[in-house]
Amino acid sequence: MTTISLRLRAGLVSIALLAAFLGIWHLATRASAPVKAMSPEYAKLMGLTATQGKSAMPGPLDVGAKLWEHLKRPFYDNGPNDKGLGIQLGYSIARVGLGYLLAVLVAIPLGFLIGMSPLLSRALDPFIQVLKPISPLAWMPLALYTIKDSSISAIFVIFICSIWPMLLNTVFGVASVRKEWINVARTLEVGTLRRAFTVILPAAAPTILTGMRISIGIAWLVIVAAEMLVGGTGIGYFVWNEWNNLSITNVIIAILLIGIVGMLLDQILARFTRMVTFPE
Amino acid sequence: MTDKFVSIEGIAKRYPGASGATTTVFENLWLSMARGEFCCVIGHSGCGKTTVLNILAGLDAPSEGTVIVDGQAISGTSLDRAVIFQSHALLPWRTVLGNVSYAVTSKWRNWDRAKVKAHAQTFIDLVGLTGSEHKRPSELSGGMKQRVGIARALSITPKMMLMDEPFSALDALTRGTLQDEVRRICLETGQTAFMITHDVDEAIYLADKIFLMTNGPGAVLAEVVENPLPRDRGRTDLHRHPLYYALRNHIIDFLVTRSKNFTAETPDHDPRNVPVIHIGKPGLTIASDVKPEPPREPSWPGLSRPSTCS
Repeated sequence: MTTISLRLRAGLVSIALLAAFLGIWHLATRASAPVKAMSPEYAKLMGLTATQGKSAMPGPLDVGAKLWEHLKRPFYDNGPNDKGLGIQLGYSIARVGLGYLLAVLVAIPLGFLIGMSPLLSRALDPFIQVLKPISPLAWMPLALYTIKDSSISAIFVIFICSIWPMLLNTVFGVASVRKEWINVARTLEVGTLRRAFTVILPAAAPTILTGMRISIGIAWLVIVAAEMLVGGTGIGYFVWNEWNNLSITNVIIAILLIGIVGMLLDQILARFTRMVTFPE
Repeated sequence: MTDKFVSIEGIAKRYPGASGATTTVFENLWLSMARGEFCCVIGHSGCGKTTVLNILAGLDAPSEGTVIVDGQAISGTSLDRAVIFQSHALLPWRTVLGNVSYAVTSKWRNWDRAKVKAHAQTFIDLVGLTGSEHKRPSELSGGMKQRVGIARALSITPKMMLMDEPFSALDALTRGTLQDEVRRICLETGQTAFMITHDVDEAIYLADKIFLMTNGPGAVLAEVVENPLPRDRGRTDLHRHPLYYALRNHIIDFLVTRSKNFTAETPDHDPRNVPVIHIGKPGLTIASDVKPEPPREPSWPGLSRPSTCS
């Protein structure tokens, strides 16, 4: 028994926990509440919860069946209120990707500049300190008013929320490059630009990538909330729409998928981080 | 000294201290080196040795004075002056070859890859790292890392090498081998070398001239000791040379006692004309204007110190 690897044992425990969770969920939602006697006309108006004592909360089997339905047709489009989950997720990922990419393009060069210049670092510090703690959704009205386009406003909100961790990590990474590596470049008469790319960038890359990983996590958190506000498309909108449809099953499915996509995004960045990390 | 390849002329380094007062690490420091000479600086921590080296390298600027190398006042760093860092300072994301090539491409920007590689390889071979070209610094031992540091410094064919305690982090055996290598390379290539060390034996083995610095702050260059040992000295029989102990004792006496009170005891010390000590002239005469030391009694009765000044 002791020869079973830790990995395998951990996997077994994970599966057991999942099974236990699903079992409890199944039992908890199966229980029937007392059914009141009512006239058939009235019963037609009431849902299954009132007439048959069925729980309002869907069980794992309901969710599983519905999920299978969604997975079979991820990209159908029956008009504005009924699109496949693949399309909704696609919208969300595209918004996150665009806003995040813009943030990368701004944060990393700016972070480089601030990190290399003590003057800029001090001059911009108060602004960063004030802007950083603002909830990204607080920008939404301002964005809607100035941009006048809900979809671009959502992208802007992603941009503004993912810029700070990247900016601060880049500044920190660039400012704390070992003095001796800088001195090596100096004694070799390496120019500023070449030094930035050949010494500072590789030395700061692990810190920068860590900031990017934090950012993508925050961006994915925020997109759901932002889409609930702007509406129209996206997984966040889907969640709110299904809540209005009182389809708890779909809400649960959406929650599951949000988690899975978030995990995948994080893993991608984690892989990039490993690629640039160097052992000392 | 007629041929002054390196001439440090009256440099000072001051830092603004607490409450407006300035701390003077050293001032009015004059020092010169001839081409092809190997010089070691010995002094206690805080006497500004590293600052002198950094100024020579161009990494630091003196508060006063100038440094002239090869007839030109230096301003900033230069590919003519290679530095070997105490902590080797290799770029950990590059391989051995990558680290050396980085230096090579910095000096010769328009060389193609093959030429850079071949040039770098020559110096990797020179320091005995053939076969480890594609290893990363984290896979190397301390001694091998410092070898890469030496290869990197030599690969740009500098006019002089600056070494800041390059072997202090190494174990005694590795240090010995690397000292041999550095000595061999410097003799073969005729490098001018300036090295900071805490190790008296290292200085005796490697240096042609040994600069003795007093304790800081307000450190001065007290003496320049000429190494009386022959140029073709070997590590194994170094200590059998009749003048070895006289030289060693002179340096250690300086470090243990004289470095503390040198400025107080020698009020007429002229920093522009630092006395040059020739060990081993009849009766251990000390040249020029330094008073001969009173003979020190050994603190262990019954044993006499090796007779070196017979």
